Order: sequence, then structure tokens, then C-alpha cells
Amino acid sequence: MSKIKIVNLQKSFGDFTAVKNSNLTINDKEFFVLLGPSGCGKTTTLRMIAGLELPTSGEIYLGEEEVGMLRASERDIAFVFQLFALYPHMNVKNNLSFPLKMQGYSRSEIKTRVEEAAKLLRIDHILNSNISSLSGGDRQRVALGRALVRRPKAFLMDEPLGTLDAEFRELMCLELKKLHIDIGATTVYVTHDQLEAMSLADRIAVMDGGEILQADEPSVIYNKPATKFVASFIGSPGMNFINIDQGISNEQSTLNIEGTDFSIPKQYEISKGKKNSFGIRPENLSLTNEGGLKGSVFGVEYLGSRKIITVKTNFGEIKVKTDISTSVKINENVQVKPSNDNIIIFDGETDKSLKSEFMN
Amino acid sequence: MDTSRSYLEPSSFSKKLAATIIIVYTVITLIPISWMVMTSFKNVNSAISYPPEVLFEPSLEGYVNLFTNRSRQSQEYLDSLPAPETWYEELVRSREMVITGPSKFLGRYSNSMIIGFGSTFASVFLGALAAYAFSRFRVPLKDDLLFFILSTRMFPPIAVAVPIFIMYRKLGLGDTHLGMIILYTVVNLSLAVWLLKGFMDEIPKEYEEAAMIDGYSRLQAFFKVVLPQAMTGIAATAIFCMIFSWNEYAFAVLLTQFNAQTAPPFIPTIIGEGGLDWPAIGAGTTLFLLPVMIFTIILRKHLLRGITFGAVRK
Repeated sequence: MSKIKIVNLQKSFGDFTAVKNSNLTINDKEFFVLLGPSGCGKTTTLRMIAGLELPTSGEIYLGEEEVGMLRASERDIAFVFQLFALYPHMNVKNNLSFPLKMQGYSRSEIKTRVEEAAKLLRIDHILNSNISSLSGGDRQRVALGRALVRRPKAFLMDEPLGTLDAEFRELMCLELKKLHIDIGATTVYVTHDQLEAMSLADRIAVMDGGEILQADEPSVIYNKPATKFVASFIGSPGMNFINIDQGISNEQSTLNIEGTDFSIPKQYEISKGKKNSFGIRPENLSLTNEGGLKGSVFGVEYLGSRKIITVKTNFGEIKVKTDISTSVKINENVQVKPSNDNIIIFDGETDKSLKSEFMN
Repeated sequence: MDTSRSYLEPSSFSKKLAATIIIVYTVITLIPISWMVMTSFKNVNSAISYPPEVLFEPSLEGYVNLFTNRSRQSQEYLDSLPAPETWYEELVRSREMVITGPSKFLGRYSNSMIIGFGSTFASVFLGALAAYAFSRFRVPLKDDLLFFILSTRMFPPIAVAVPIFIMYRKLGLGDTHLGMIILYTVVNLSLAVWLLKGFMDEIPKEYEEAAMIDGYSRLQAFFKVVLPQAMTGIAATAIFCMIFSWNEYAFAVLLTQFNAQTAPPFIPTIIGEGGLDWPAIGAGTTLFLLPVMIFTIILRKHLLRGITFGAVRK
């Protein structure tokens, strides 16, 4: 197992730049997730690490070795495809032993390793089955098995749970996490599903438009997003934004919105312009009778343990996560107020979060 | 209202109509073939008798004549010979003839085999490689090249017979197996490239990528992962190529005489006493039919899937 480092990595297809000047370090034995909407360059980044695409510029280090221009077959990594890409003309056993045959292992060694992997993934009872007769989950396990028989330097996974149904995905998520803990392999995992990313990752890199916006632990990504995009992409529902037409000065700790003063964490950075936004997560808001933003209830979603109340204000719809006992009627006039100081001001020009007592 | 049948199912009337049309068509197609097979089991007289005999006493004379050269002898000479050892010698003696040796048929037949299978293999192999390249790589002028390849089929091959004849004579390829294999391969290659490209396009590239990550080179991945999955297409293509090169007559007449002559130009020239030996010709054509028939039956499963492959997007 090895750490992976990418330096100034760039990939263009003609005029289109899929990955822009990216830098990342993925630590040894880390479960690292590349997260972003489709077309953000996450898969291209993964394919460059795998050697299925060659970078336009930049370097990729696998361990200490620079592998950017090496063929996929020379890199000693394993790749799990979204559609599994199990060889349909071979049975499970042959699929699993296919990578080993190339490396000149003896028959008995291949047999031991295949059986070991099959046992680990609980597919030892279907070793002689045809691929076409397997269920989605079993195919997934065989694909994982084919990746881990070789004990490669790193596992790369491209939305491996994307084709499974919701219930199964959760189960496989747990299994993947457990597998990662058991074998401690450096893993780079691509997904567009933030829940999957949150539950699996040691660290997440959020990508958009070919750029890595933030790479950090899930809790940091969630609570202290570096950009407005990260804040809105992560979380369900995403962060609320209130546009404020005022500049932010150093040491500022209150903000006047519609005549009401709200206290905000002490700001350490001056905004570039006058159009900024005030960001707060739905669970950090509460309904109140006075001293908040005025609005009317637009919708109520019942989520079992929580309720999400959408309030229509002059600043657009604001979502508030409340406990189950809160009861409001549609069109009822309410006010919305932050319940703690988990408030982030985003600079309108750069979309980046401004430094403050909270965002330090 | 009758709700017992689905609207997607054809009605029983149209099913019956379809079956009738197929049966009538099959019968019409089979009449000449069965007449040919029947002729091969007739003797010389009943083959040309008028009105034609549908019921006749079967004889293997045609097959014996096909494989042997014979000469007519006087009755005294025949009497002086020791008794015939085999059934076919006996048959020939009863016609007041003796066998003087094997005929050229087996040689011509094996020429057909060598040239037919050789050119089929070459067309499919080269076609698969070219189709793979066209399917996977950014080939400059790809569309123009593909059209150019297809355009070689837009004129009947025999239109270029004279230049090919002269070229083959100058190159010393006339009347050689290699020459005929090259010729049929060239004619078949455009079909093979186009057919196989369709199949290659259907195979997701992830399979090769998986194989390459598993440590195989692209060429190894092609042989181990792509080719086995293209088997349907390969079978369908092989049958088309085989049928063409096996049946080809015009170039075979023009370019081969002795060494590499194939069965099609040879069979019609089988001459017996007093004209064409129809039972022997029938026997020759019947035997000629068999390899393609067996080849097609073996690959039939693939062929059916092959022709409809890709019609429905999975």
C-alpha cells in the first residue's frame, strides 16, 4: 500500500479542460472520496491515477514513483468500474484469477489467493457460477474480489455502488467500509452521492468544474465549507444563503438584515465587494416569534425524527430543520433566527468563505 | 371482449400465414437442391430419362465415377481379370469398364478447403484487428477510410478481372493457393471490417480497461477479453466470408487451372462417355454443399444472434 500524490495535474480534451491544475495528497491506508456533480472531473482524475487517461500536464506519484506516463498495466493498482466490467465469458473463479495469471503466480498460489479473497467477500459458494447468473450485489463483490486478489498498491473505485438499488447500496457501503478497515488499503473512491461519501470517507475532496474546491474530513467539509458550492452541494437539504448587499469589515460581529441586528461570529477578513451572502445550515436555524427574519410557511416535510419547514422570505426560501413537536400551518407568519453561531459569510466575488471566529 | 391474448403477440391467423409462406418458400428453394441430391444417386440412364424419374433405384455410380477415372474394356479382357475385390470395382465392371486411377476431384476439393478456410481465417483475423482499431482509436480520416473500404464492394469484383489476371501473372500468383487466398481475403475484408466494427462498438471499453489494469497489454486484452466477446460477430462474419470464397466461380475459372483449381470450376467439366456425367456432377455438387452446410449449422446459434445483435439497446 502506498500514498498517492498528484501535483499540478491538468487534463484537456481539445478545448475543454476536464481537470484544472489539481493538487492532492492521499495518505497511506486512507479511504479518500472524490465527490462532485457529473462532469466535475472526478472520474477523469481517477482514470489518470489509474493510467486509463494520460495527463496533459502534471505529475502523479504512487508511493515514491512518478507514474503519470506509465501504462495502466505497469502501475500495480486495481480499479473497480461502475458497471463492474466482469469478463462475461469467464466464470467467477476465472474472473478472480485473471489478474494473477498475468503475474506468473503458480497454480496453487492463485488458488489460495482466489479462495482467500472469495472467503473475505463471502462469494466462495459461487466460484463456479457464470457472471450472467449473479445478482447485482454478488457482481459487486466479484468485482471487488478481482481488485483485491492482487494486493495492489491502491484501489480505485468509480461509483461502484451506482447501479445497485438503494437498500443494497447501504449494505454494500457498510461492507466496503468494513473491508477497508480489514485490509487497510489506500482507496480512492469516486461518487456523486454525498451520503455515500460522508459515510465512507476518511477524507473527501469536493470537485466542481475541474477544480478541487476543498479536501478535508467529512465533518469539516460539512460544518466549515470552503466555498459556497461545497456548502450547497453537501447536506440534504443544502445550506441556506441569504444575499446581503453590504461589505464585511474586520472584527465585525453583527449584521443588519431588514432592520434586525443578527450577531455573527467575529469576522477576520474583509470582503472584496458589497454583494456577499450569509450562509447557515437548516439545523442551525429555529422558528421564533420575534427578532428574526419575517416570512410565511411555504411547506412542511415530515422526515420521521425531524421536520423540514420551508419559509418564504424576502430573501427567497429558507429551510429550517426543527424537531417533530413544532407545528405550523401553511401560510402562517413566522420568523426565522439562527440558534447558534455556526454562521458563514461567503464573499460574493470569490464564492469563498470569509475567515471568522467560527471559520478559523 | 377477448382479453386472452396480448396485443404484442401476432394473431393465430398471421402466425399460420407466416408459417405457410415460409413452408412454400422452403419447398421452392429445396426443389433444385433435392433434385441435385437425387441425381447424384441415379445411374447415367435414369438421370437423363424422359419423363424425369422421381422414383428410381438408387445407385452409387455417380459417386464412384466422381472419384475415379475409368476406361472401357472388351468383355474378354474383363473375363480374364481376377474377380473384383471391392463393391465399387464390381459396379464399374458391370458397366464393362475398369478403374484406371483416382480422379482429380479430391485434389480440387482440398484446394477449395485450403483456399476457403484460409481466406476466411485471414479476412476475419485482419478484419477484427482493423475493426477494433476503427472502433477504439482516434484514426485520422476515420470516416473517409471506412467509406473507402466499403467502396471496394461497390463494383462487382469481376469488373477488375483483367487487371488482376495480368497482375497475378506478372507476380507469379496465378494458379497458386496463396494468390487465391489473398484475392478472396481482399474481396471479403471490407465486409468483415464493417460487420465486425459494429460488434466491437457494442463491447464496452471497460472490459479492456479492466484487463489492462489487471496487467495485460492492449493486444493481450484484445485476444483474451475482446475477441471472446465478439464471437457472435466473428461467427456471422466467418460464415459470410466462407460462403463467398467457397462458392466463387468466375475468378477461380480465370486464375486457376491445375495446382490451385477449386471445386466450382472443376465439377461442371466432369465428362463421362458421350457427354456430361450428370450423376457424377450431382455427386460432386452434393459433396461440395456439405462443408458450408456443416459450418453454418455449427455456427448457426451465433449467426442468428449475430444478425439481430445490437438491434435492441440493452
